[in-house]
Amino acid sequence: MKPEEQNPKVAKEMDDIELIIGKILRIGVIISAIIMIIGFLLLIITGKSGYANNYHPTSFSEIFSGIAQMKPYAIMMLGIFCLILTPVLRVVVSIYSFYKEHDYLYVYITSFVLIVLIFSFFL
Amino acid sequence: MLMTALIMIGIGVFAGIAGAILGLGGGVIVTPILTLAFGLNIKYAIGASIIVVIATSSGSTIAYLKDEVLNLRVAMFLEIATTIGAVSGALLTGILNPKFLYVLFGLLLIFSGFNMIKKLRNHQGAVQKVHPDKMAEKLELNSSYYDKASKKTVNYQVENVPGGLAVMFGAGLASGLLGIGSGAFKVIAMDTFMKMPLKPSSATSNLMMGVTAAASATVYFFNGSILPQIAVPLALGILVGAVLGSRIMQRLPAKWIRIVFIPIILYLGINMALQGFGVKL
Repeated sequence: MKPEEQNPKVAKEMDDIELIIGKILRIGVIISAIIMIIGFLLLIITGKSGYANNYHPTSFSEIFSGIAQMKPYAIMMLGIFCLILTPVLRVVVSIYSFYKEHDYLYVYITSFVLIVLIFSFFL
Repeated sequence: MLMTALIMIGIGVFAGIAGAILGLGGGVIVTPILTLAFGLNIKYAIGASIIVVIATSSGSTIAYLKDEVLNLRVAMFLEIATTIGAVSGALLTGILNPKFLYVLFGLLLIFSGFNMIKKLRNHQGAVQKVHPDKMAEKLELNSSYYDKASKKTVNYQVENVPGGLAVMFGAGLASGLLGIGSGAFKVIAMDTFMKMPLKPSSATSNLMMGVTAAASATVYFFNGSILPQIAVPLALGILVGAVLGSRIMQRLPAKWIRIVFIPIILYLGINMALQGFGVKL
């Protein structure tokens, strides 16, 4: 199939899919922004990070136990982690949209990108 | 504490607008400010900058998607090269001398800056003449976008896919090694090598930067390089700035984007090459 001969219906479907991707991504960004704002406001209001000597939590166990105690730095780190995941979310949603379009070449291409990304998380 | 936070938010808004307009990640703006003006350790500056890159990317793709300037296929296809590049870069960090890369990329940037000046003189902002390309057709990379400045739909084709892939691999490598979004290289790969128009190139570069940066961001996250008190206010400022920047960007004529872009590319090129030789500007 030559792209310049693409029929309007396919083009419209693609537009719809991109719009849905945009909305999902926006929700992801808003959620991470809200988490960051909560942690940030708590830091400004209480003036305490929840940790001694400017330390900040970097592992999931530290972050989640810190959140249970409402420690501002722990909440802020969770917000940052959610923000890091938004581009990954976009890749995942793109795989689904290409699949729905029956564009299997791009399902493979995008899945490969996701695999590389997951691999990099364990480096 | 409050004052520093407000300054960080301000820097974020500025870097977000500039980044979205130029298709840069904002990292090249934030890292010099944090290290030179605030005396922050380069390790933490890079950690903050990688978050800035993701925030710029995620913030502005929202706006681009609504206006369909972005080319998702080009983004995902080239992302193969950038993510592999980023992983290789992360693995190579300890082995390679980064000075060598600085010089190499500096020279590439200078070359591209001059290339853009040449283009500006010849045909300003017009769609470039492209030879029909079998690979681009097979991969369905050709597309169209609606240009708000000229108020018409622009159809475009791309060529030299392998060349674009090679530059993208380099861009990913630089991203993994130096913790930058390397948006400038991504725009070069699409605009200069693949002959894609500047606006979809910038928009697509923005999306790709986020995905590439996510690969190295987790490494920085878990090794403690990302300081929440700096990264959070910066990221919040960036999100606001990036949305504003992408709105402004679509109403700017392509020629003006290029005129703003050229001195930045040349400056970065000279700066990077000199740093490779041990000179800091």
